[in-house]
Amino acid sequence: MPLAVELDRLSFGYRLGQHVLEDVNLRIGQGEFVAIAGPNGGGKTTLLRIALGLERPSEGKALLFGEPAHRFSRRRTLGYLAQRSELGGDAPATVREVVSAGRLAAGGLLGPLRRRDRELVSEAIERVGLEDRADTPVRTLSGGMQQRAFIAKALAAEPALLVLDEPTTGVDAESQESLAALLDRLHSDLGVTVLYVSHEFGAVEGFVERLVLVRRSVLFDGPPGDLPGLWHDPSHVHARD
Amino acid sequence: MLETEFMRLALGAGVVIGLLAPAVGFFLVQRRQSLVGDGIGHVAFSGVAAGLLLDVSPVLTALVAAVLGGVAIELLRSRGGTAGDQALALVFYTGIALGVVLVSSAGALNVDLFQYLFGSILTVTRTDLAVIATLGAVGLATIGLLYRPLAGATVDEEGARVAGVPIGALNVTVASLAAVTVALSMRVVGILLVAALMVLPVSAATRIAWSMRSAFGLSMAIGLGSALAGLSIAYYADLPPGGAIVLVASAGFVVALVASWLRGR
Repeated sequence: MPLAVELDRLSFGYRLGQHVLEDVNLRIGQGEFVAIAGPNGGGKTTLLRIALGLERPSEGKALLFGEPAHRFSRRRTLGYLAQRSELGGDAPATVREVVSAGRLAAGGLLGPLRRRDRELVSEAIERVGLEDRADTPVRTLSGGMQQRAFIAKALAAEPALLVLDEPTTGVDAESQESLAALLDRLHSDLGVTVLYVSHEFGAVEGFVERLVLVRRSVLFDGPPGDLPGLWHDPSHVHARD
Repeated sequence: MLETEFMRLALGAGVVIGLLAPAVGFFLVQRRQSLVGDGIGHVAFSGVAAGLLLDVSPVLTALVAAVLGGVAIELLRSRGGTAGDQALALVFYTGIALGVVLVSSAGALNVDLFQYLFGSILTVTRTDLAVIATLGAVGLATIGLLYRPLAGATVDEEGARVAGVPIGALNVTVASLAAVTVALSMRVVGILLVAALMVLPVSAATRIAWSMRSAFGLSMAIGLGSALAGLSIAYYADLPPGGAIVLVASAGFVVALVASWLRGR
């Protein structure tokens, strides 16, 4: 299977001698739906930033679709959903305005959006079921709907790799289930590689093919069903310290 | 009011600044960098002082200092590992300290300096207006051309960066536009109030707008209205124009706040 993400003997530290990640090996094939879980501060977000080429490893290598991640040439094919706290300004951006931002890289930076870009924006809004709210300010929607809007933004870029960082933070349990089901459907319908990063994996456990547990290194990598029962409680990963 | 040339020139400058300041400020406010205009203003003060010391046009030296200060704030924030507010404080205090030293060296603690600190729109000349109108038009055209990436980056800066949008270049562009706006606005509202026109109309518009685009348009409309109403009030009530313009903008914010509160009931 051609690889979307390849991390080989990767280590990283923000300060000399203090490793956030150590000897991480991870291969994610194109079209896989993988959850990366682990405790807060365990290195998940750092791993994600290295995989996306936003940070360079101190040791080892990180490849995206076979290219060095920090020099990846097809960035417009990456859909990324940052943590909610990092999203949005004060202005009441509507769902359509948020999703249109997803066509920035692919649709060109200057001037208004072209007709094809506008069609892709509408399609992405329909895929996440927000067509009735397209002209509603995102900040007036529920947490779950806001996340759907930002997923639609990532989808509008027609991504080959969709990366979501803690997408369910601050979202109620029912919305978490519905978000996970939406991602499963998008994965099946579009064949996009999905990387779902969270400190908890309850909501997606039933949908993902692989679960990767990270705390400085990879502690577990396999089908969720093979995960030792004790580790279904995320606090266990902390307790090992 | 329009029969006097100084008021026609003042209103011309007010129209340009009333539109430009909130258009640039919109993207600062959305990034929660509302005080960047103030920081750049303090650096511009050192530029004015350098101009008075070297006997060069203070507006020109303020423009150069403001652009350098604006870019420095952005680079310190994004690459220097310095938190945004600390980067701002560093440039802010360095600018004002340098200005005080240079002003003292130039022996210029006088009316000339006060014109730049508090504005002197009623002394705008035809040449001043031509410079303000030309640079203002360039600034507005740049924002018009880059509106989509600038707005998109405020929605999700990290997502745009991952997708390869040149966020660094966009941020430096906004900082440079803010610097040009500060330098041009000095004559209208003065260095001490320059950031108010970049922030207050945007804060007011954000409370009553129904979309990002409407917030942007309303910001410019409120900025323009504040400049024209403030100048008119200053003319008839014999008040300082800079203060009158900013007080009208503050009143606009209060009205918008009450309107949004009434709408939410």
